[in-house]
Amino acid sequence: MKWLSRLFMKRHNWSIPYFIFLLIFVVLPLVLIFIYAFQDAEGNFTLRNFTKFITHAEAANTFVYSIGVAIITTILCILLGYPAAYILSNNELCRSKVMVVLFILPMWINILVRTLATVALFDFMRLPLGEGALIFGMVYNFLPFMIYPIYNTMQKMDHSYIEAAQDLGASPMKVFTKVMLPLSMPGVMSGIMMVFMPTISTFAIAELLTMNNIKLFGTTIQENINNGMWNYGAALSLIMLVIIFATDLFSDSDEERASNEGGII
Amino acid sequence: MKNSNYIIELSNLSKSFGDKKVLDDVSLYIKKGEFVTILGPSGCGKTTLLRILAGFSKADEGEIHIAGESITDVPPHERPVNTVFQRYALFPHLNVFDNIAFGLKLKKVKQDEIDLRVRKALKMVGMTDYEWRDVNSLSGGQQQRVAIARAIVNRPQVLLLDEPLAALDLKMRKDMQMELKDMHKTLGITFVYVTHDQEEALTLSDTIVVMSEGRVQQIGTPTDIYNEPSNSFVADFIGESNILNGTMIRDKVVKFMNREFDCVDVGFGEQIPVDVVIRPEDVYIMAKSDSGMFDGVVQSCIFKGVHYEMTVLTPDGYEIMIQDYNAFEVGQEVSMIVKPSDIHVMQKERICNTFEGVMSDATHIKMLGSEFLCNEQKDIVGGEKVIVEVNFDKIDLLDNKEDGQTVGDVRFILYKGDHYHLTVRTEEGDNLYVDTHDVWDDRDIVGIRIMPEDMRITRV
Repeated sequence: MKWLSRLFMKRHNWSIPYFIFLLIFVVLPLVLIFIYAFQDAEGNFTLRNFTKFITHAEAANTFVYSIGVAIITTILCILLGYPAAYILSNNELCRSKVMVVLFILPMWINILVRTLATVALFDFMRLPLGEGALIFGMVYNFLPFMIYPIYNTMQKMDHSYIEAAQDLGASPMKVFTKVMLPLSMPGVMSGIMMVFMPTISTFAIAELLTMNNIKLFGTTIQENINNGMWNYGAALSLIMLVIIFATDLFSDSDEERASNEGGII
Repeated sequence: MKNSNYIIELSNLSKSFGDKKVLDDVSLYIKKGEFVTILGPSGCGKTTLLRILAGFSKADEGEIHIAGESITDVPPHERPVNTVFQRYALFPHLNVFDNIAFGLKLKKVKQDEIDLRVRKALKMVGMTDYEWRDVNSLSGGQQQRVAIARAIVNRPQVLLLDEPLAALDLKMRKDMQMELKDMHKTLGITFVYVTHDQEEALTLSDTIVVMSEGRVQQIGTPTDIYNEPSNSFVADFIGESNILNGTMIRDKVVKFMNREFDCVDVGFGEQIPVDVVIRPEDVYIMAKSDSGMFDGVVQSCIFKGVHYEMTVLTPDGYEIMIQDYNAFEVGQEVSMIVKPSDIHVMQKERICNTFEGVMSDATHIKMLGSEFLCNEQKDIVGGEKVIVEVNFDKIDLLDNKEDGQTVGDVRFILYKGDHYHLTVRTEEGDNLYVDTHDVWDDRDIVGIRIMPEDMRITRV
């Protein structure tokens, strides 16, 4: 028992379980994806998986199409979510916090349940499933993830900035474009992170809402892995990870700039 | 139609937040080029007044004119005023130059003129060469300078300043006060300055407006306000003072501390209760001698840098605060002299408490949000409205709030030499004025008890 108590005495030892967790569920899978991506079925080193992706039109097309869908979804989420967040954060327009909860409520429900409900809704209204339904489902599912971060930044924004702008002669329109909008950009950036990245890799929504007619990149990966083509699937996953990582870097640097802009002269 | 002497005319402004009246019929006329300070403790309505002037808040009643034009319903961005905010409110996404140029760009001023004016404004606040700095990298004092530059660069007719120096340390505040005063001279525009710091107000202003509880208490020059406070609140708030109960015997003679003094005040009438204010520096103190007007024993003596601050207890039990360059030892017997012109006599705002109430029956009365027992009333029936008068010293304050007939909290404490004069507010918002020898703290919650025999009840 002595070694056990000594183990727990040191505070930095407390993080050991989390390290183990991270190792098994994050680091190890990433390493496996990396190794598998550069191997053929026999376990020899190869770059064929990547050349296959570039030369094989279908996968590349799906990839471009997925990014297109993700961009459209993100833009629609911004267009719908920004005004919503603005209204929710404005005490004069929205006095009760109930509205905020109502907007966030869908996040508590499982994404599959929501998507199945969307399918049922489209059936009920006799609307065709397909591209339109896909975009609708995506926006519906990810809108709260856009609203919440924007709402948060707006909520925390010092009201005196708005008064200062008015005081200096800015009309309500100018107050918005010159002060509100730039100051809420960090919220928009994290909203984009929360929406754009998951939409690239989503497959369940696409499957259910297009009756498997439209393939997204997530679907392609899932199909390959389901069909035992682990190496090709791993390569595709790696490509997607690189893209996500790139967006992350881009928005990170952007956010940093927003928070301490020009701190170093 | 309007007197062109006044650039700002505020007439009969009232404003409530819910049940709380923050401005109560405030009128204020400000001359062009004046440096006006609105002074008062926190919650007196001074900031609300400034926000109404800037247009961020709307008055429930009243009119605002600037330069003869009614701007009561004009939105803030169209008013010819600019504000320096308490916490600066510099835009964090813009650098110093863009912050200052913000207003000029909106007015579509030409770029080379913007450059020129921003540089000039920066020079004026002593921040040359800071154009391209990020505002978050500036110190509090520097941010404040940028905030001032951002406002004056627009050449407003009126500059509003909302406690602009409150967040700075003492030394920086003193420097900035001088700079503001210089700036006011150079620019020649009207400054309306809000502060709770009476020293700042006395240093800076041409005119001081003292506010309390949403009402203007006194308007005057710093010397007027200091030397001739119009009531005990102003006397207590501006500088140190001895405030005592007195009686005006006749013109130029006032009685307090159980003896008569010559004074210079006339027109109060005869045998009228008054408040007497004597500034601590106006009391001459010397070793005990026959030439003194009254005697006492030194209770405490504290060195305050330039002078000593002493409290002296008179044989009648009055404590007097005295400031003098010479120190007297604790326990020493001393004599004091006060010049007639240094005795300030003020009309009492009230000589007893007056409450409105309703009789429930012959021995009970409803008032102050509770029911009180009273002596049997012969000719007043239940349901009748009555006025109840209670002397200041006949209200008991109790530690245990359950023991009282109603509950209140202590809002304002005035030391009157031998007792405290407290303002106690009930939960319903009624004010009670209480004389007591007990020591209470601001915001203490107290039980309130009034004995039946101490109520003077009259029919409305």
